[in-house]
Amino acid sequence: MVVSAALAVGLVTTLITNPRYEWGTVNEYLFAPDILRGLRMTIILTVVSMLIGIALGIVLAVIRLSPSKLASGLAGAYIGFFRGTPVLVQLIFWFNFSALYPKVVIGIPFGPEFFLVNINLLITPFVAATLTLGLNEGAYMAEIVRSGILSVPEGQTYAASSLGLSRLQTLRKVVLPQAMRVIVPPTGNEVIGMLKTTSIVSIIALSELLYSAQSIYTRTYETIPLLIVVSIWYLLATSVLTFGQQYLERRFGRGTTRTAPVARFQMLRNAWGMTRREAGVQ
Amino acid sequence: MMGQAVAHTYSARREGDFMLQAHDVHKFFGSLHVLDSVSLDVAKGEVVCIIGPSGSGKSTFLRCINHLDKIDAGRMSVDGRLVGYTERGSRLHELPERDLLKQRADIGMVFQHFDLFPHMSVLENVCLAPVLLKRRTKQEAKAAAVELLRRVGLADKLQAYPVQLSGGQQQRVAIARALAMEPKLMLFDEPTSALDPELVGEVLVVMKELARTGMTMIVVTHEIGFASEVADTLVFMDRGRVVESGDPRTVISQPREERTRTFLSQVLS
Repeated sequence: MVVSAALAVGLVTTLITNPRYEWGTVNEYLFAPDILRGLRMTIILTVVSMLIGIALGIVLAVIRLSPSKLASGLAGAYIGFFRGTPVLVQLIFWFNFSALYPKVVIGIPFGPEFFLVNINLLITPFVAATLTLGLNEGAYMAEIVRSGILSVPEGQTYAASSLGLSRLQTLRKVVLPQAMRVIVPPTGNEVIGMLKTTSIVSIIALSELLYSAQSIYTRTYETIPLLIVVSIWYLLATSVLTFGQQYLERRFGRGTTRTAPVARFQMLRNAWGMTRREAGVQ
Repeated sequence: MMGQAVAHTYSARREGDFMLQAHDVHKFFGSLHVLDSVSLDVAKGEVVCIIGPSGSGKSTFLRCINHLDKIDAGRMSVDGRLVGYTERGSRLHELPERDLLKQRADIGMVFQHFDLFPHMSVLENVCLAPVLLKRRTKQEAKAAAVELLRRVGLADKLQAYPVQLSGGQQQRVAIARALAMEPKLMLFDEPTSALDPELVGEVLVVMKELARTGMTMIVVTHEIGFASEVADTLVFMDRGRVVESGDPRTVISQPREERTRTFLSQVLS
């Protein structure tokens, strides 16, 4: 107890007294245009990759649970492949995809070509990055969505079927909304994980947050201060995401407790709406 | 004779008078013979109660009527149309999903554990299917739902979520939800078995009221009192077979079969 307290005090002291942290430099670069552009790219990458991942995950989970052994097996193979190879390897693979297939032709073999795609031009660093992160995320999301679907009692499906709802209607209106309660918390983790994982695309020279900082400190040698800048932004972004996750969890917790749940964000919004109404604003 | 008892009771009726015609229905779960040559005819407007020990195939039979379970042999038709199949020549073809769904929508079902949709309010539960299947506009569906919920005594619970209701209230919502599709036939799968004893009555009252309006009902139940009061026909099933059936009071007071007698003495004691 005493030892850890002493260590903590010592660490804080060095944070203030050690000049090599260069807090001034941190402050200087925190809102630098290059850093903010990098942050924007990180956010775009996270959003696009997660959207691909979630959409793919739902589709894969449904196929995985389909009665067809072949379809289920194919989805299983996809999940196994993407979970079984490092995402960094996948990234480099997609980035070099044109070495494998320089161009893709749509047409009749040995016959006329209708459509030709130059893979080298198609796979930009951004495309390689979102493709890698999205396809990889799809495998993880598939397992999360699958566990969510399996958490919904079978009786719900029977009840929906007996009313005449189709498989798809049952999935959309009855099963998925209930599965969300199980799906949201781990998905929140995935988004936070994704936000940080986007930093690996710095190796294919895509100017996200980390790469933007790297390109500054390779010039100025202010490595530590810039890494602090980067960490501050990552921390801030993950904090915002955590807040959003809590909101979603309460939103999809509807009907599971006897008292109607109100999310913190909804409370804020309600309070805001009330003051606006009181002030006579429409 | 077994399994045919009901058929001769209504031998005077014509084909079109029957809501359900089941003939020589078989169903297997692996090697287990769950339904063993079950035949049962139910006239339009008739209330049939099915009793029997657990595992006797009652619930499975009910689920076969709306094709939640498929039968392995025999014929089953509702309102003159084969369930889940069409007949071309002498061959049966499985119905495409769309037609099957239409058939199901005409058969209401109420489950032992209610199975309301917990993420929807009472009103949303009742409105979901009519709106989704485009039987009614949102406005019409809502008006109809309010009327149905009034009928089952829950007009003040429209905005409540299922978890806020007692079991009896949930089951009454489930009945309203099934009725919202205006079914020709209502199936009840042990509708009061999961309820606390003091809540059974309120559900039975709603069911009696429904029977009085002329709805065709098939009820799997352990409520012998309800069966003798409301049912036109009582069916006793055991080990996948119809053992005995007929007028409920006769079956209860003078059972012909030994197995029926044993079962009734256990239930009534």
